[in-house]
Amino acid sequence: MVSTKNNIDFMRLRKPAMIFSGMLMLMSLISLFTLKLNVGIDFTGGSIIEVGYQQAVELEPIRNALENQGFGDAIVQHFGSASEVLIRLVPDVDKDKAELSSEIIGLLQAANDAEIDVRRVDFVGPQVGEELTEDGGLAVLYALIAILIYVAFRFEYRFSLGSVAALVHDVVITLGIFSVLQLDFDLSVLAAILAVIGYSLNDTIVVFDRVRENFRKIRKKTSLEVVNISINQTISRTLMTSFTTLLVVLSLFFLGGEAIHAFAMALIIGVLVGTYSSIYVATTTALVLGISRSDLLLPEKEGDEMARP
Amino acid sequence: MVNRYAPWRYILLILIITIGVIYATPNLYGEDPALQITHRVNLVDQGELNNIKSILESEGIDYQSIELEGNNVLVRFASEDAQLKAATLVREALYSSDRRYVVALNLAPATPEWLTSLNALPMYLGLDLRGGVHFLMEVDMESAIEKSLNRAAGELRSFMREEKIRYKAVQSSNQKIGIRFTSAETRDAARLLLEDEYRDYEFVESNDDRSWFIDISYNATALEEERRSAIEQNISTLKNRVNELGVAEPVIQRQGDERVVVQLPGVQDTVRAKEILGATATLEFRLVHGSFAEWSAAQASGKAPIGSRLYMQSDGSPVLLKRSVIVTGDQIVGAASGIDTQSGSPDVSITMNAKGADRMAKITRDNIGKPMAVVFIEDKFEFVEVDGERQRVRTTETEVINVATIRDQLSKRFHITGLDSTREARDLALLLRAGALRAPMVIVEERTVGPSLGQENIDRGFLSVVVGFVLVLLFMAVYYKLFGLVANIALTLNLVLMVAILSIFQATLTLPGIAGIVLTVGMAVDANVLIFERIREEIRLGNTPQAAIYAGYGKAFGTIADANITTFIAAIVLFGFGTGPIQGFAVTLMIGIVSSMFTAIFGTRAVINLIYGRKQVTRLAI
Repeated sequence: MVSTKNNIDFMRLRKPAMIFSGMLMLMSLISLFTLKLNVGIDFTGGSIIEVGYQQAVELEPIRNALENQGFGDAIVQHFGSASEVLIRLVPDVDKDKAELSSEIIGLLQAANDAEIDVRRVDFVGPQVGEELTEDGGLAVLYALIAILIYVAFRFEYRFSLGSVAALVHDVVITLGIFSVLQLDFDLSVLAAILAVIGYSLNDTIVVFDRVRENFRKIRKKTSLEVVNISINQTISRTLMTSFTTLLVVLSLFFLGGEAIHAFAMALIIGVLVGTYSSIYVATTTALVLGISRSDLLLPEKEGDEMARP
Repeated sequence: MVNRYAPWRYILLILIITIGVIYATPNLYGEDPALQITHRVNLVDQGELNNIKSILESEGIDYQSIELEGNNVLVRFASEDAQLKAATLVREALYSSDRRYVVALNLAPATPEWLTSLNALPMYLGLDLRGGVHFLMEVDMESAIEKSLNRAAGELRSFMREEKIRYKAVQSSNQKIGIRFTSAETRDAARLLLEDEYRDYEFVESNDDRSWFIDISYNATALEEERRSAIEQNISTLKNRVNELGVAEPVIQRQGDERVVVQLPGVQDTVRAKEILGATATLEFRLVHGSFAEWSAAQASGKAPIGSRLYMQSDGSPVLLKRSVIVTGDQIVGAASGIDTQSGSPDVSITMNAKGADRMAKITRDNIGKPMAVVFIEDKFEFVEVDGERQRVRTTETEVINVATIRDQLSKRFHITGLDSTREARDLALLLRAGALRAPMVIVEERTVGPSLGQENIDRGFLSVVVGFVLVLLFMAVYYKLFGLVANIALTLNLVLMVAILSIFQATLTLPGIAGIVLTVGMAVDANVLIFERIREEIRLGNTPQAAIYAGYGKAFGTIADANITTFIAAIVLFGFGTGPIQGFAVTLMIGIVSSMFTAIFGTRAVINLIYGRKQVTRLAI
């Protein structure tokens, strides 16, 4: 009746997995509350100026030049290579305005003999920063709610809660790793988090789809066994897709350049965590909530051939 | 259970592939450095084309082509050097006859004609890829309303004078106009008349021991209308200014109630762009009041005599000017900077509109021998902290740049001196030509990407797409053999279709958009993996190859649909609530989901059916 290439008892490890997930989430939350996220100017407001010099430059003279003009708290660092410099201005109530970057560029230009190349200027006003934070948070929240509703409608509310539990798990842990490593968290990383939601969801739905199918097909097994069989049947697909996705995400990470480094990093973490969560977190949650065969039977009228024994 | 597709399905598939390939092709051609010449008022025609042609030919500058394209002349060059040289020449030649020409540097897609005739254009690259400036500007609505109430107050005064209503004072402040009367009767009579005449206002009465007031403010509809017209007028001024800067393909768009997005592709001098866009500089012409002794006295006491106001000159000395304005910057229609032949200092020659010229003529005729002042007005912003909240505070800087004796009657054309530098003269002329902003604007967000970084982003994005893509192709071929190769055809087609759809809709491709494409490549495999794994499973269950293919596709479809629809919902939400980069990502994700479902299910099935259908098959290469 049921064919599986492999027959691994995934669910035997569900308790250790739960503890493992719980620990990771707890650690992530602690880090998020203590170390916080290293949020960029997209959310805090402020300015970033990236300039290219013709040859490698020392940072100290630049820092001094800025300090002399009252920009003592500017963060100056190399970016990508020794001839490229990134200047970050912490948000400042009195000086926050778009003209600030012009001033700095003029200053750098004056301090250097050769022409410097302005590669990037980002300025985000405090008001806009607040809005981006709010909109970003809302986007994630609304995405989760929309998914919750759709899955509840297509499957069953326990699955729906299971998939959202997996999503929350993935988002919290990805954010947690960003917090522990103090990686830059900007708008592109937020986009990556949202992509992770989409990806992890995709994975979870595939597993749930099989669980539903098997519940309707297999009568003489416990819920736990049915879930185990379903995971076994989908595991090769889960790993294959994760692997190909990782291939491209890794190529983004190594070849995509500095600008999408953080973005690619978030995706790598997200794909790994998302794969794990769709195997353990989503299904276990649904099991704990007491999913059973009777919840998934089709209404009599629909003569789906797969529903027949 | 036959693995055969009806001929119409193949026709449909071929049709879609053909359309996809045609509309993706323009992206293979590069871009030519070009000049785009337009006129701010008139349409350019063959005459201008010939004129430009002869300018270029007389200077021996080689160009690739010159043609009339819509309402502009487009000249293509082989190198950027030639483009820049030509830009300087053409500008000089055209500006000397008419300042209203706009000569903009541009990168014109080198798409062959047969493709452009099909409306096939390359993808529209975002500023992070082509380089340029993105500004989000906010209109200061409060001061827009204030200004318009100020004007209204003047109108009310003259209305009441005409109607012989005896009022004590009219003052506008705090978004309303207050009129003071000395008796309740006059107030009530005035209200009746005013209410009848001005339907856009709301009237509130109040009184104290000796005075009776009417507070007048805009009603909700009028307020809405004022805000709408303030932002619209600002947008049209911004458009004029951007034209003055000579930017090809600028985007100036309203966003929400108070904001305007300005995107200037390819602008190099962002510092100047910023100054020009946000500048509120304008001029006023006023008659001088009193004598030097009175000016000093006014400065010492801080009180100006009735009908006058105290101003500062550029050297810091005081001067009293009459309250009533002769003409304002709004009435200036033309302005050009130059050098004053007598003093050798920078000057701006000014052309007034008819109304302004009349008034100027009348007042200067009556005041020959008296001094007149030119006042330079500019709004500036500062952030201050009030009760822990950041607030933007506007300060208006006014400076008398020139006081000169009226020697003759002035009219339509005249010129002013007293500017510090040629640069200041040039910028002032530009701002006067482009018109004043109705209300001050402040830049609340800026994203500038230099051209070198833009190119780097394109190169790197392209490389990572290619490498990621090739790795996936190799892996699929090894792991799923013949089926893997079929999936690879579908994947390639998916990429072509995505590029074609992005090109057709001219959706903006950004760096996160490229990341979205890369991610879609990774995830597009998923549908095929699901199908192929299912087919393998069916074979293990002992089904025949044909049955396995049939069941594999059939059973996997539901799963694929569910998984993709949920992701699509997430993408829609992202698009709806996200901004800039998130939206770019969401768009490519949505397009990717649709085209990958099409290619992975319909596309591969068509090929598999072609290979295995109608045949006795004993083994599948999967």
